[in-house]
Amino acid sequence: MGHLQPVSVICQREFIRFFRVKSRWLGALARPLIWLVLVGNGLNAIVRPQGPYTYLQSIFPGIIAMTIMFSAILSSATIVWDREFGFLREMLVAPVSRGAIVLGKAVAGTLISVLQAMLVLLLAPLLGLPVTAGQAASLLVASLFISFCVTSMGILISACIRTFDGYNLVMNFLVMPLFLLSGAMYPVASMPLPLRLASLCNPVTYCVDVFKHILLGAGKKGPEFLLVQDLAIVAALSALAIALAALAFRRKD
Amino acid sequence: MSIITTQDLFKSYGPREALGGVSFAVEEGEIFGFLGPNGAGKTTTINILCTLLSASSGRAAVAGLDCAAEPDRVRANIGLVFQETTLDLDLTAYENLKFHAYLYRVPREEAPRRIEAMLEMVDLAERKHEPIRQFSGGMKRRLELARGLLHRPRVLFLDEPTLGLDPQTRRRIWEFIRAARQREGVTVFMTTHYMDEAEHCDRIAILDHGRIVALDTPAGLKAMAGRDVVGLASTDDARAAEEIERAFGIRPRREEGRLAMEVPRGDEFVPRLIGALSVGVLSVQVRRPTLDDVFLKFTGHAIRGDGPPGAGEDRGGAD
Repeated sequence: MGHLQPVSVICQREFIRFFRVKSRWLGALARPLIWLVLVGNGLNAIVRPQGPYTYLQSIFPGIIAMTIMFSAILSSATIVWDREFGFLREMLVAPVSRGAIVLGKAVAGTLISVLQAMLVLLLAPLLGLPVTAGQAASLLVASLFISFCVTSMGILISACIRTFDGYNLVMNFLVMPLFLLSGAMYPVASMPLPLRLASLCNPVTYCVDVFKHILLGAGKKGPEFLLVQDLAIVAALSALAIALAALAFRRKD
Repeated sequence: MSIITTQDLFKSYGPREALGGVSFAVEEGEIFGFLGPNGAGKTTTINILCTLLSASSGRAAVAGLDCAAEPDRVRANIGLVFQETTLDLDLTAYENLKFHAYLYRVPREEAPRRIEAMLEMVDLAERKHEPIRQFSGGMKRRLELARGLLHRPRVLFLDEPTLGLDPQTRRRIWEFIRAARQREGVTVFMTTHYMDEAEHCDRIAILDHGRIVALDTPAGLKAMAGRDVVGLASTDDARAAEEIERAFGIRPRREEGRLAMEVPRGDEFVPRLIGALSVGVLSVQVRRPTLDDVFLKFTGHAIRGDGPPGAGEDRGGAD
């Protein structure tokens, strides 16, 4: 209890802010729709993927991964805001550990991302992709893990960013390439060799692949890697990222 | 027992020395002021006492706890109001205080009552459910004061608490600080570069170039400066200065288009002064020493940011 109270109060604040700041949740809802409706529909007419799925169906797991990824990065970027507007100091001078602050941010970012992923999942039937209760449950569990992983990495990055400019740089030169090289919009196997190698080093690739396993099923030209392999990489990265994030704060305050 | 003690605090940033051996003690219930120009080392000292910065050498203790060895316990015993606001502008006044109460582990059954009492004290009870983005600078500062006291700290640190506020709001903030001391028995440690504000303190340490150059009550410091200042405007200042030097052995200094001289008893000096002058006298003023004079005496230069533009601004050339 003693240690959980600061974690839960920091988490509560993030939720209040997410629903109060209109641009946050409007943006969160609009982003997957834009990719799905504008980009996906456009390409759906000209791209004929091998296997039983249409192009729109084949990118749907990637859209869910993208929803989580952007939401998690935005959540962890609140640290940059808190720093800029001084509120971070209020937390840093409080008699709570750095770990509690980082964990509070990570838990909030995770839950907010999962909430959005579940909302996007509601669109699946519209694409002719039936989702069973079992699939939904698996997706929920996987989303929790993956959101936590990406949020922790985001916090690690945010701990090192001092300004909004730095944040924009990260968005354009890190987050977008990571997304585009993740196999979300086109299979890793079909990329030219240099891009394929980059994709294999990209942790997001394995997150996307987990969702492909769950939604498209193995063996039907959906997933590209073994599920065990995906999960092992995601778990190892989460642990590493959250530990490094807590360390980064200890060093920088 | 002293609630804050420091011994020989040194702090350097690379080759630049910010603090050069600062020692002082603050008694429980005091309002203690750190007075000095920007860059004198005030904020550095506060940051060391608040455990946000570690000293290069020397010791600092708050409420009997060593700032370097037990930072978490020191933090639980102090409240802070920084120069820049550290409120969450998207939360309401009440939510900001609630967040703080939980972060500092104010018991859950006590927190609501305590929040209401603090909002009442700073006159914000009626606006507690408004997002503070709409608050004026003075209201935000009052809210921060309420927040700093919420968890019943033993010491409240105020870093330039009235910086950037208009005179009326500054007066109001001071009323709240004194009321807080009265009601909560909290010790207040503050920094300022406003001379008039230092007068509110029980004791003042004058800080310059990272060293304490004087420490006493405002009255005590003024007594040390000692002399009255007599100002004279005449038809020919150059000649008046010559005559004064010849008659009294004092060399007057030029100040704001007048001559100024320091004498032990200004009221008795004026008749003799007028008798000794052959030039026309336009006006004469006698002024008791102010903290500005005290500062000038101890540091050899005027404090920056106050007084006429240009006065004391060039610190390098002042001493």
